[in-house]
Amino acid sequence: MTKEECKKLVLDIIADIAPDEDLSNVKPDVRLRDQLQLDSMDFLDIVMELRKRHGIEVPEADYTQLASLDSCGEYLTPKFNALAEKR
Amino acid sequence: MKDSRIVITGVGLTAPNGNTLAEFRGNLLAGVGGIEQIEVRYMGPQLAGVCHFDPLKYQKKKEVRVGTRSGSISIYCAREALADSGMTVESLPKDRTGIYIGLTEHGNVETENEIYAISKFGYDTKYWSHYHNPRTVANNPAGEASLNLGVTGPAYTIGAACAAGNMGLIHATQMLRLGEVDFAICGGVSESIHTFGIFAGFKSQNALATHAVPHEASRPFDLARNGIVISEGGCLYTLERLEDAQARGAKIYAEIAGYHVNSDASDYVLPNPVRQTECIRAAIRRAGLTPADIHIVNTHATATPLGDVQECEGIRAVFGEGCPDTHINNTKSFIGHAMGAAGALELAGNLPSFDDLTVHPTINVVNLDPLCALPGLVLNHPRKVAKVDTILNNSFGMLGINSTLIVRRFVR
Repeated sequence: MTKEECKKLVLDIIADIAPDEDLSNVKPDVRLRDQLQLDSMDFLDIVMELRKRHGIEVPEADYTQLASLDSCGEYLTPKFNALAEKR
Repeated sequence: MKDSRIVITGVGLTAPNGNTLAEFRGNLLAGVGGIEQIEVRYMGPQLAGVCHFDPLKYQKKKEVRVGTRSGSISIYCAREALADSGMTVESLPKDRTGIYIGLTEHGNVETENEIYAISKFGYDTKYWSHYHNPRTVANNPAGEASLNLGVTGPAYTIGAACAAGNMGLIHATQMLRLGEVDFAICGGVSESIHTFGIFAGFKSQNALATHAVPHEASRPFDLARNGIVISEGGCLYTLERLEDAQARGAKIYAEIAGYHVNSDASDYVLPNPVRQTECIRAAIRRAGLTPADIHIVNTHATATPLGDVQECEGIRAVFGEGCPDTHINNTKSFIGHAMGAAGALELAGNLPSFDDLTVHPTINVVNLDPLCALPGLVLNHPRKVAKVDTILNNSFGMLGINSTLIVRRFVR
């Protein structure tokens, strides 16, 4: 999986948990909370959906890694790829 | 303030056969119910009353996703009532407004959903939603309404089984008279059709209605009645002290005339006609009336074989003789049993009688059970009457909670 593919999966999750938001112009290098109406419960939703949909675990200490799309790509892509190898 | 006159100035509702008072009333007079077949988890097709309001009229998609069905019902009804009252969210005295919502139960829907969800993950609780607690706290429906409206006064729910709809209005009346708030949004809501547990529970009690024709399934007082049709719904009112309502030139639907709440203290599920009679009599006394002064009695009857007879026994004891102007009806025959919303919805369905002098009937009575043959029972067709100055609304619930509310035509 590429980082871009990974970011797309995160955006798919955000589309479901923040259905009123326009996601067509999300800037990958800007904190998600600075450009979208997302609160702490929404971030827990992202963590939960990563777990449910993709079997990806994000420990609480790493939550800051989900701040922007770019950081999500950096942090999650190796996890996705490691999981794919295991499978 | 203790003796302040309290008036109804707005109504917002969603019922299986209407999303406004006008639509609801029109269908009650036209004999149009709202029962349909739905799929219930683990149980398959069941009969139920389903509301078809648009939650997105007053909520964002995210709020609907995060919140509960009863939260959406509360918000819809509160906003509709507010608009009907002539108030706006901006003009609402936020810190002096109370939201009091009656509930039969809350949290079963959300808990069942979570258990079902984690069943797909081997019952591993790490998949349990972080929204579970805010969704299931007992004040959820009132809390969601307070969030939506920005109301910072007291907002909570009142658990009173199926007597709860009346309890919302009674409690609001008390809080207005105590001076705790200046404006109240009150009534009852129910999301019960989304929990299989309530269907399964009534089925195990042999109290769940079945019928080949959905809209004929809820048939209080009929010999062939075989149980309850479970419904969702909501009805919230705006209540104010008379002087406040008049000062802003509000339309006044009715005045709270009297009420009473008591308990059977006799059984978990079986009603007690002696206590019901005491409740009705006490409400009439508090209103300064006699039974003959009551023009419409809206029954609680849910179409269980025993419950209807018990209530009729209680009503007969109060209104059986010397009440030629008392007319008796039932709203559940149209919409099923909307649980916590029932009392509030059923009162609303009768309020227009002050204007149109018509009593909506109880429908689906093909063969009247002789034990339910009350004088004044309005069967199958609306009845034009000479006067409607008072409406008495009964709502009774499990664990023996009884509530009677009387409203009167507003006279300056």
